[in-house]
Amino acid sequence: MSVEVKGVSFSYGSVDVLHDVSFSAGPGDLMAVLGPNGVGKSTLFGCLLGYLRPRTGQVLLGGRDVQTLSGAEIAREIAYIPQSAPVTYNYTVLDTVLMGVTHQIGIFSAPKQKHIDKAMAALESLGIAHLAQRGAQKISGGERQLALLARALVQDARVLLMDEPTANLDYGNSFRVMQRIQALGGAGYTVIFSTHEPNQAFRYANRVLALSGGCVAADGRPDAVLTGELLSELYGVGVAVQSAQAGGEQFRVSIPFEKEARP
Amino acid sequence: MKKTIEQSTPRYGRRFALLGLLFAAVFLLSFILGRYSVPLGTTLRILWARLAALCTFGRAVVAQTWTETEGAVVLNIRLPRILCAVLVGAALSTAGASYQGMFRNPMVSPDLMGASTGAGFGAALAILLGAGYWGITLTAFCFGLAAVALAYLVSRFSRLNATLALVLAGVMISSLFSACTSFVKLVADTQDQLPAITYWLMGSLSSVKAEDTAFAAVPILIGLIPLVLLRWRINLLTVSEAEARSLGLRSGRLRLTVILAATLVTSASVSVSGMIGWVGLVIPHFCRMLFGYDYRRLIPASILMGGTFLLLVDDLARIVTSSEIPLGILTSFVGAPVFVWLILQGGADRER
Repeated sequence: MSVEVKGVSFSYGSVDVLHDVSFSAGPGDLMAVLGPNGVGKSTLFGCLLGYLRPRTGQVLLGGRDVQTLSGAEIAREIAYIPQSAPVTYNYTVLDTVLMGVTHQIGIFSAPKQKHIDKAMAALESLGIAHLAQRGAQKISGGERQLALLARALVQDARVLLMDEPTANLDYGNSFRVMQRIQALGGAGYTVIFSTHEPNQAFRYANRVLALSGGCVAADGRPDAVLTGELLSELYGVGVAVQSAQAGGEQFRVSIPFEKEARP
Repeated sequence: MKKTIEQSTPRYGRRFALLGLLFAAVFLLSFILGRYSVPLGTTLRILWARLAALCTFGRAVVAQTWTETEGAVVLNIRLPRILCAVLVGAALSTAGASYQGMFRNPMVSPDLMGASTGAGFGAALAILLGAGYWGITLTAFCFGLAAVALAYLVSRFSRLNATLALVLAGVMISSLFSACTSFVKLVADTQDQLPAITYWLMGSLSSVKAEDTAFAAVPILIGLIPLVLLRWRINLLTVSEAEARSLGLRSGRLRLTVILAATLVTSASVSVSGMIGWVGLVIPHFCRMLFGYDYRRLIPASILMGGTFLLLVDDLARIVTSSEIPLGILTSFVGAPVFVWLILQGGADRER
């Protein structure tokens, strides 16, 4: 298992955020983390990345407690991909991707040709090699998200942790980015991503972790555990889960409705 | 594949070479400007003789073909002033570039953390208390460092996000010190203290002597070295702290190092030159337009361009009028139109 979370509880002062959260994920897992706003997804991510220390329990990365690892050791195990957001400085895509080699080089050195080759290979694998010299301000949100994904690949970590990978992206870009992410799961990465959209869990993930009130409400295959009742409980609105066909494949979809008007 | 990348990469090497040539030309030109004229050939011989003597610990002697006055003008008056202008320009623009990256804000200048206003208050206080030239420089330097230390301490006790706390604390300390400076001006003797303070605050290199240059050179070089060595890492301060951390970087230590280095060079510059605005804010932008955003190129470019720019402006200050115009005024006069032109051009950034 690349990631094991064992009985993690976390509180900010007297406010309990996570309560006895346990799950594990391994290569090939594509895990969607679902839950309403403020349920503790960011806190969970902070614990996974080692910058928040759980009150009880532990997070193991590759079998070692994350709290005992150095920054560089954590970076070798797990890569974090933030939401696509506008950037202050117009770094080129290549420069952005090269930041992924930080933990592999000394503090006074800069990326070498072999790192550039590696970055180009990562960009190529995500289909955006032609953007290498473009400024990060001059590409679309989806392309920027792919660039951040390339940076994570260059980092050489086997666990990819993504904070709402399709936030701020349009419909088509969301699909393209999620397809790339799905392919990475297929290639043996352990992918954990948070999302507000249950349909993304149905469409792309093979695992889902639903959080409610700081506890694990469900953990399993999306088709099996994401029921209308569960989603309804999570989000406080009525949710119908139905089957639909697209491109010759069967998918489940969720549709919200007003609770009182339930048939 | 590789070929297309190389083709689309701007020719930074050639641009550095051109900037280096420009610097060398302005450097030499600066020696022959001025009311007492010394021909370029003579100047070069004088400099060569001094350099040879320095490198061989005084054993190599070049036959003297120049007058004592010429030697004194070149070595005791022009050389210190030229070196000082280069050092101060390089220091301010490099500190500005570093601060702008660290605070993820391109509108930040090296005085954000209070280094300039602190130094300004120190100088004003020293003038009020009747200190001599050395007293003023030293007090300015110490107060510049103290202001930033104070801002940093305040931010450490804050529960806000570290960067925001630093900016707010810096702005607060800065305004406190400028209020203190105003108070000193209010109580200063209007006959000679007030003009001295006002003139000092406007910035000038006209009274720079060899000792001042030596005094400023040590902290400036000590501060520039870590910024040059860590230049690729400074890129990582421009991404969010959570990101930097996940990339394996302890950003706290790097941040502190960059603050210390940038503050050291700013305080040292301000203590010998007075307040020179503009350079630290705008030169890094020129450099980004020509050399891109990567600090690997941005830091060396800022050093070269900052040094060239301030030297050029100081030359203007020397020759335009018989009574020297303060540098703080001239930097804006010269820089603003060029910057407006660059903005209208869209810079080298346009196509990317």
